Amino acid sequence: MSIQFEVNGKVVSIAVEPRMTLADCLRHELGLTGTHVGCEHGVCGACTVLVNGDAVRSCLMLAVQAEGSKVVTVEGLSNDQELTALQTSFRKHHALQCGFCTPGMITTAHALLTEEPDCDADRVREVLAGNICRCTGYISIVEAVLDARSAYKKSDGNRP
Amino acid sequence: MKLPSFAYACPATLSEAVALLAAHDGEAKPLAGGQSLMPMMAFRVALPSLLVDLRKIPDLKQIQISDDGVRLGSMVRWRDIEDDVHLAKAHPLLIAAIAHVAHYQIRNRGTVGGSVAHADPAAEMPGVAIACEAEITAVGKGGNRIIKAADFFLGALTTALEPDEIITEIRLPPWPAGRRFAFQEFAQRRGDFAMSGVALYYDPDADGRVGNAHVGVIGVADRPQRLATVEAILNGRTISDATLAAAAEAASAAVDPHDDIHASAAYRRSLTGTLVERALRSAAG
Repeated sequence: MSIQFEVNGKVVSIAVEPRMTLADCLRHELGLTGTHVGCEHGVCGACTVLVNGDAVRSCLMLAVQAEGSKVVTVEGLSNDQELTALQTSFRKHHALQCGFCTPGMITTAHALLTEEPDCDADRVREVLAGNICRCTGYISIVEAVLDARSAYKKSDGNRP
Repeated sequence: MKLPSFAYACPATLSEAVALLAAHDGEAKPLAGGQSLMPMMAFRVALPSLLVDLRKIPDLKQIQISDDGVRLGSMVRWRDIEDDVHLAKAHPLLIAAIAHVAHYQIRNRGTVGGSVAHADPAAEMPGVAIACEAEITAVGKGGNRIIKAADFFLGALTTALEPDEIITEIRLPPWPAGRRFAFQEFAQRRGDFAMSGVALYYDPDADGRVGNAHVGVIGVADRPQRLATVEAILNGRTISDATLAAAAEAASAAVDPHDDIHASAAYRRSLTGTLVERALRSAAG
């Protein structure tokens, strides 16, 4: 099927089989391999992307369902040269080790902080419960997200 | 796993969607948020030949609040319920219960109709539907029909829906002022499947005596169920330590869960009693 949608600000037109997930479409058809695929059945959160601003699991969405949507992947949340506030905070707090879960953590945290820049640690933990990390033990990730809140509170901040 | 092969249709009207389902003789499935159906397909538990996506069908995304109660369109997402400023007053038990549904990302796609049609024994929305005596409206090639929640859930992942039927609304009866309620569940991780869960409410009289007790449980049988023996104990009594103990004991005795890899039957039975006690304590305030 032929579909058209926006990825990281660019309109793409592509032909996909109905059975192709949005995650596989992003990775294999569009070369956006920042989106990681862990479990392929909606429990690990590594494939989280933003669809019309909402954090969703791209392995539980068909590419054909993205028709007409605005999709933002982890690539769309980075600048070319400098680290964003969220990336800086992840680096500062050692919020990653192997990095496999990190794209999902970043996209999920970005959606949360955009909607709820005043969220507390309990809320961060509740939201990140949908993202599995097997290296860090979460404490550093929660601290990184909390520390990045200030950048999202400013309307003219350096968020992407 | 990658999804099995299937055809896809995205009709603009309900009647087209019903016609597509009817033409495929039970081999086609409606697709709402896909948050249960797609994992089922990844595991080859479901192998539909055609998915009929409901996303373009108008009117299924409405939340209507009136003197008749709350009507949730089948494509209303958990996120939409959370964002609705009127529902906290119109149906506080619904709000309390759906706070436990799945994880953040899934709540942005998952729908009430999808949850009810999927009929997972541990799911919150079917539990609320049973506890509140909800009605489920569906449309199929034979026309519209209204199904009582008590007649809808037939077993694990099994409902009274015909293969060509699509849920259009979940109707929750009106919520009177002064009603006491609570929702309690236990899962190993917030958002995971409940090992046991309790949705209950009652209408106290002027002396604080319980009336109209409704106690629903999830995760301890092949479908959500009401606990009539617990309701009978509660009706006419005030909430005291003795009432709580009697209700908890009756709840543990009333359920007959199975052992599984997450918990033994004995644990789930004991947990259900504990959750009933906690829920009643919380409801009484």
